[in-house]
Amino acid sequence: MTIEEDAARIAAQGESAPRLARDPVNPAMINNWLEALGDENPRYVAEGVAPPAMAQVWTMGGLNWQRTADDPLGAIITVLDEAGYTSIVATNSEQNYRRLLHHSEHVASTTKLEGIVGPKRTALGEGYFVTTTTTWYVGDEVVADMLFRVLKFKPKPTQSGVLRPVVSKDTEFFWEGMKAGELRIQRWGDELRHPPGPMPPDGDLDAKPDWVVASGRGTVYSYVVHHRPAVPGKKLPFVIALVELAEGVRMLGEVLDVASVHIGQPVEVAFVKVDDELTLPAWRVIA
Amino acid sequence: MIGTALPPLTVEITPTFVISAAIATRDFQDVHHDRDAAIARGSKDIFMNILTDTGLVHRFVTDWAGPRAFVRSIKIKLGVPCYAYDTLVLSGEVVEHDGDEMTIRVSGKGNLGEHIAGTVTVGGMS
Repeated sequence: MTIEEDAARIAAQGESAPRLARDPVNPAMINNWLEALGDENPRYVAEGVAPPAMAQVWTMGGLNWQRTADDPLGAIITVLDEAGYTSIVATNSEQNYRRLLHHSEHVASTTKLEGIVGPKRTALGEGYFVTTTTTWYVGDEVVADMLFRVLKFKPKPTQSGVLRPVVSKDTEFFWEGMKAGELRIQRWGDELRHPPGPMPPDGDLDAKPDWVVASGRGTVYSYVVHHRPAVPGKKLPFVIALVELAEGVRMLGEVLDVASVHIGQPVEVAFVKVDDELTLPAWRVIA
Repeated sequence: MIGTALPPLTVEITPTFVISAAIATRDFQDVHHDRDAAIARGSKDIFMNILTDTGLVHRFVTDWAGPRAFVRSIKIKLGVPCYAYDTLVLSGEVVEHDGDEMTIRVSGKGNLGEHIAGTVTVGGMS
């Protein structure tokens, strides 16, 4: 069966059975929502009503939710997952609200697959746009509805095969330095710190760091020769050394083009450009 | 009233904001609260969920329209993602006015470009 035939079969099943919200409309969930969104409209508390934009919140599945067998979005996601379109991103949400919902009203929802369009080439990768409609009821009364569209896509391969570091506010200066050909060390007053952290070693929460540019020279403090397991983008075996820099801090990195390595060996920094976004520090033995 | 610009709303998209809004909208997808999981799935950080986008657009319009206004519809299209540490600026303009109903065109822009584009229809606007 093709993807299109599966989609037609799922669409022909029509609306799923109504699924009752875990909780009736209630002040606790409304207050959590108002706090998180920063919404200070006094009407909701004063009148005991929910913001219309919470319609979808009432029937969200929650932390341990399993899609029901007749859920059409779940069914088409499975079909597309099996065809290799494994990633998902929401692209459109069009909600209509008929009236305000009051505390203790209990909402139920049904969902229907409207159709799929694809395969389309997108910035994220090749994929299918999946359109569903959801209707919210209180008893037999329709209180809100939604057209919802997601893109199910095959993610493009990443720019390079190497493992990429997590760059945070605390480490951004280091990676920017790498791109600029500078080995930077975080400094808190007179004290250097590596790896960089969010506060100085004495825990002063008001302190602000800057950084110094290292000479780039140091000696091998310790090392491992990595034989297995395989590491993306690396040819086995390779050497990772903990280098004690002239400035006193210790820093990890691969030792490049090395025939033998020993503790105390002098090394200097090398900048390995992976792509425009990422340059990694490494070491070369000084002859 | 057509052509009236709404006062812009600037929202600092801190990790706390992304996570608390995702949980308040009962969206427990890991990409909205777990940075390692988000990166493993090809994102650069956790990012805002679509129910929060809808909620922010709702708040943006009612902050301006006042507590008596009733939002009848919110239609949004998502552009670039809105990651933690972004600053999102919502702007809007009245594009239709018919009786007590107004339609407002809304745009939400972050550091990467336009994250939200859409329209909101609001009633109770005499």
